[in-house]
Amino acid sequence: MALSSEPLNRAGNIERKEPYIGPGETLDSINNKITDIVFTAPRDTPRGWFLGFGIAFLLLMVFLYAVTDLLIRGVGVWGINIPVAWAWDIINFVWWIGIGHAGTLISAILLLFAQDWRNSINRFAEAMTLFAVACAGLFPILHLGRPWFFYWLIPYPNTFGMWPQFRSALTWDVFAISTYALISLLFWLIGLVPDFAKMRDTTKNSMLKFIFGIASLGWRGSAKHWNRYEIAYILLAGLSTPLVVSVHSIISLDFAISVVPGWNPTIFPPYFVAGAVFAGFAMVLLLVIPIRHFYGLQNYITMKHIDNMCKIMLATGLVVVYGYIVELYIALYSGVEVELALIQNRVFGIHATSFWALIFFNGLAIQPLWFKSVRRNLPAIFIISISISIGMWLERFVIIVNSLSTDYLPSSWAPFYPTIYDVALYVGTLGLFFTLLFLFIRTLPMINIFEMQMLQHKTATGSSVVDSGVGEQAMEKLGDRH
Amino acid sequence: MSVPMYGLMAEFQSPEQLVHATEAAYKAGYRRMDAYSPFPIEEVSEAMHFHDDLLRRIVLVAAISGLITALVLQVLGSAIDYPLNIGGRPLLDWPAFIPITFELTILFSGFAAVISVVVLNGLPQPYHPVFNAPNFDRASIDRFFLCIEANDPKFERTATRTFLEGLHPMNVSEVDQ
Repeated sequence: MALSSEPLNRAGNIERKEPYIGPGETLDSINNKITDIVFTAPRDTPRGWFLGFGIAFLLLMVFLYAVTDLLIRGVGVWGINIPVAWAWDIINFVWWIGIGHAGTLISAILLLFAQDWRNSINRFAEAMTLFAVACAGLFPILHLGRPWFFYWLIPYPNTFGMWPQFRSALTWDVFAISTYALISLLFWLIGLVPDFAKMRDTTKNSMLKFIFGIASLGWRGSAKHWNRYEIAYILLAGLSTPLVVSVHSIISLDFAISVVPGWNPTIFPPYFVAGAVFAGFAMVLLLVIPIRHFYGLQNYITMKHIDNMCKIMLATGLVVVYGYIVELYIALYSGVEVELALIQNRVFGIHATSFWALIFFNGLAIQPLWFKSVRRNLPAIFIISISISIGMWLERFVIIVNSLSTDYLPSSWAPFYPTIYDVALYVGTLGLFFTLLFLFIRTLPMINIFEMQMLQHKTATGSSVVDSGVGEQAMEKLGDRH
Repeated sequence: MSVPMYGLMAEFQSPEQLVHATEAAYKAGYRRMDAYSPFPIEEVSEAMHFHDDLLRRIVLVAAISGLITALVLQVLGSAIDYPLNIGGRPLLDWPAFIPITFELTILFSGFAAVISVVVLNGLPQPYHPVFNAPNFDRASIDRFFLCIEANDPKFERTATRTFLEGLHPMNVSEVDQ
């Protein structure tokens, strides 16, 4: 054995690289474990699932109530007014879309970097992205006042002879969000096709066989098909990577190209993107920790995975904290009166509590992640992730409400207080998100089976024939040809 | 022989064996063949000397058309069909057009990639002769198959069977059309 190639830890012992898959797994066992969750007969569904789904479904009813009331009575039911003309709706929009970004990061960016550990969480994270984007998209549409005319945002030949304003960041948003939602959906669906074929071949139930047979498009695992599949997959990953950066940059431009004090620092795009990934990984962890526990997926989502996610969370969290510091610094450095007044207000003013809470939840609470013992402690990680989710929500509150409530003209200054309908809609979208998520884990394979099998084969045999990710092979292929 | 034959199918236990068998079949002069595996194995398609650049070209064309569509759309909408003078700002301010141009380029390419992978692979195709092969439902789980097709010029029922059996498969079977 080539001992010298193995890294030594501080104690001088040989440290074996911790695998991303538990011991004793075979191609067959991976397939059965993941498909069994879906094939469980309806009456054998775990009680916990019914409980979770039930709560989520009740919240979904709150959502329907909040939307219905809004449509009947108008946006006046919210706490918004002049000068704070948008508040929770845009906060929640940015919050949800940010959560979605971790899914794309896991499925696309980590694929390009050939990170094996993405294989067991990518399907799940992509589903989370889709549902989060669905929740996000509702807010700007509902804020329109007359949401049924939302299609006026899209350029189409119309009898008014009018066009949308292409120089407006809000029109950019329409294109960015719809592209993001569609590409995420395609990425997710194309990844499901080979797994549907596995489901078709695994089940004994003829009706399920038929359903999954149709869904799999007749996929038969041909080498020629896999070849094209891999190329398409890596191209999609390559396209999604700049896409995810562009989406949150464009969202930050909603603010940054305006003249409202506190909204126009140039740090906004990168700082928003980092914040999105930060919040997204917190949400992935919040979902993964209970699911791996309840479904016994510890062999697939190992502590090493969780450790890695914590590290990404810590790194992006520090970028976000840097963003807070730069915001304050630029305001002080500029010497502009309104910017200074804004900072004064942010730190000591009427909404100062939210600023200090933000520093606590996003800045201080993540510091324990420096320690490995914390990164391996599930309850601690769970609490930190909750803290980050709250913190990232507060971040948007601070940016949006604080700036708007104290604009250039002191006579128009007014604080913002949410109404029960703001809260109901926000809680309602949580219901929508979790309802979709519970349906997803019950009806579709929540872990990408074929990628796990590749990982297993590589781990078990050290085979050079099989790389551990679709991306690796296709990258080589793209490189080879030219 | 009542039903014409589609080909001869050999079943293997590991990806390494499949790669080896595919290489041997290519060396023996067989060209019309395909391998079936639960996950992608790059070396198998390499062993068959299978190359297809079409998908990449389609995506490139789609990307360029997305880019052109977006630019035409925005120039038409903001400068030609509906020019709005806002504080004397230029009508053709191209920097403002970049975000939408970028998004549409990505959108068109993404759709092209996914539609091409489905169409070029001849999917959806619910029926295919290889599904008749015994044990083929494990091709998507933990078995690896190589099929030499009957329309290969070098295909001979007995000679090809002997050749495949020489590769130490778990079994060799005839696949009906």
